Amino acid sequence: MAVGKVTFSKVEREKLAEVLWLLNWISVVTGTILFGLGLFLRVEIHKWQEVMSEQGILYVPHMLITTGLAACCINFFGGKICLDCADTNKFLRWKLVMMPYIICTFFFTSCVLAGALMCYGIRSQMEESLFMGLRNAMRYYKDTDTPGRCNLKRTVDLLQIQFQCCGNTGYRDWFQIQWISSRYLDMSSSAVVDRMRSNVEGKYLMDGVPFSCCSTFSPWPCIQHHLSTSSTQDEQSQQLNLWRRGCRQALLDHYTGIMQSIGLTVLLIWLFELLVLTGVRYLQTAMENVLRLGDPESESDGWILENSLAETARSNFNIIKNLGKCYQVDDDPNINVPTAAAEEELPS
Amino acid sequence: MLLKITFTQQRRVRLAQGLWLMSWLAVMSGAFIFCLGVYLKTELLRRAEVMDNTEIHMVPNILMMVGLVSIGTNWVATRVCQDSLDASRFPRWKLLLMAWFAVAMLLCCLLLAVVVLSYALQGRLEESLKVGLRNGIRFYKDTDVPGRCFQKETIDRLQMEFRCCGNNNFKDWFEVQWVSNRYLDFTSKDVKDRIRSNVDGRFLLDGVPFSCCNPASPRPCLQYHLTDNSAHYSYDYQAEELNLYSRGCRQALTDYYMEMMNSTGPGVLSVILIQMSVLVSLRYLQTAVEGATALEDPEGESVGYLLEKGVKETFEDVKANVLDILKFAQVDPSAAEGSPGAEDAEKPADNTTEKAASPTPSPAS
Repeated sequence: MAVGKVTFSKVEREKLAEVLWLLNWISVVTGTILFGLGLFLRVEIHKWQEVMSEQGILYVPHMLITTGLAACCINFFGGKICLDCADTNKFLRWKLVMMPYIICTFFFTSCVLAGALMCYGIRSQMEESLFMGLRNAMRYYKDTDTPGRCNLKRTVDLLQIQFQCCGNTGYRDWFQIQWISSRYLDMSSSAVVDRMRSNVEGKYLMDGVPFSCCSTFSPWPCIQHHLSTSSTQDEQSQQLNLWRRGCRQALLDHYTGIMQSIGLTVLLIWLFELLVLTGVRYLQTAMENVLRLGDPESESDGWILENSLAETARSNFNIIKNLGKCYQVDDDPNINVPTAAAEEELPS
Repeated sequence: MLLKITFTQQRRVRLAQGLWLMSWLAVMSGAFIFCLGVYLKTELLRRAEVMDNTEIHMVPNILMMVGLVSIGTNWVATRVCQDSLDASRFPRWKLLLMAWFAVAMLLCCLLLAVVVLSYALQGRLEESLKVGLRNGIRFYKDTDVPGRCFQKETIDRLQMEFRCCGNNNFKDWFEVQWVSNRYLDFTSKDVKDRIRSNVDGRFLLDGVPFSCCNPASPRPCLQYHLTDNSAHYSYDYQAEELNLYSRGCRQALTDYYMEMMNSTGPGVLSVILIQMSVLVSLRYLQTAVEGATALEDPEGESVGYLLEKGVKETFEDVKANVLDILKFAQVDPSAAEGSPGAEDAEKPADNTTEKAASPTPSPAS
């Protein structure tokens, strides 16, 4: 019992071939869109890569880039095949290639789906990565003389200014690290020495934040230092002085927004590719049946699977099992298999 | 005849086709000029708060107007091309073409003027920015005064985005009280001393707002007591370069706008070129087709030219015609109101100028 059987007349087959040719070319365009989206995401992640602790997130844009390129190639090839398939003579050329082509397309379409789902699933991993990355970046904020870390101050400052955020979760994160380098601290001053002795690790901690945390919406000049002790403002004014949001949340929202829209577009592209794949499968089976019937003008059936899903699975499984058996003993009676008795007869 | 070329029927057809394509190209370039004008205008409007006058807006305004007129004019040229090879439909364009040439020349002149203006107005732009920024810095602290409450945010964002500080440099902030009285503790001795130390009773500091801070500095930003070397550890006021932005905002904004206008220069010049070539080609097409219709054999060769007589003679002719029309208008005031053709007299005359002596032609629609 064939799955999804549809009967095609000659005219319908030719129509189907033409439509598929057009759809394949549209798919080449969507493939370039996919490639473009992957590239865009790569560039966006690269911008703030220094505040991400692991680079595993990069496999999402890389996946999109490779599937985009694969889409262009496969659908370009497919366009050529479909154009030829309208005619039974030309179809003979492609007969053997069709099945592997369809399997390739099926595999690549599932890659597109995987790419789309990855876009949605990456959020938690990104949050972890941003948490660790921002914590390290803030810790190395003061190390502008250490090679490999000298740009972190600039990166964190620009991040806080651009995304209007402060610290990891909030501005209080800055109170727990030493963000002023010891090079700029007067070690002979008793105030400095007292502060450093007041905590276990000997760090110069202060209840102040860098200038990039200052909010532009504040109606008065920014108060960066002595934040815990300032009593001159009321609660509402304290809200406006610094950026309230944490940078982890800000970056997460930014990237989640981008990836959700990319994921939606990729899903739509996947649906389109599925449509093209189904069309190509119908065309292939219809053309093969025409060849089997022998009359190019007659009607033929097209289907997705020749037998039901269970039978197809079973027969494929048997094929795979038998592939492994080709090096084992053959049961064909025509082949002379020397037995132990025959070997004993020879010497005499 | 000036610059005459012989046209066979084949060449006339080719000219008409080529001109049709070029006219559509000119329509696109007109749209491009319009978009350019819109873009420049939006960019200038974005920073309108730190500009004192709007003289520089002349450049994008002219560009927008020229763009729109150019789209219309070149669309008319495409219609003319389509009709040019049809002997029955071409004559109705005859009178409109005179106006068309005048308008096209005017557009080219305006575009040239725009290029010149964009250089010439640089001084005015700087002046406008100087006054605007000075006011912005002065009213920085007035976040509770209606009409000025946005100045702080504007100046902060400007300094961070353009990486600049103050009007000429960061020292402009030393001469202005940028901390509002509402946030000063008048019981503190330091505050009272500072206020008493100058004539106007202002609280002046040698400090700058946070938006002047340079993120590229290796050291956490020093905003206050900038001139006092002893106020900070290992600090030398004269040698410190990276702490704050060294450029003044007036310079930064002027450079930004000049760069924008200079980069549009080549685009505008190529649009002028396209428009001129459409003008010249249409003139040739007009004279060639008119010459062909006058022949016994309309498919034969005809001569196309730019001017029927030499430049000097044409100029004399035009002058005479203009004086005639003015005299005619003076003697008979009722005819004066219907003479849009008087403006057309500036452009090169052709065969139809003889008819201009008779009742003023109305442009064929």
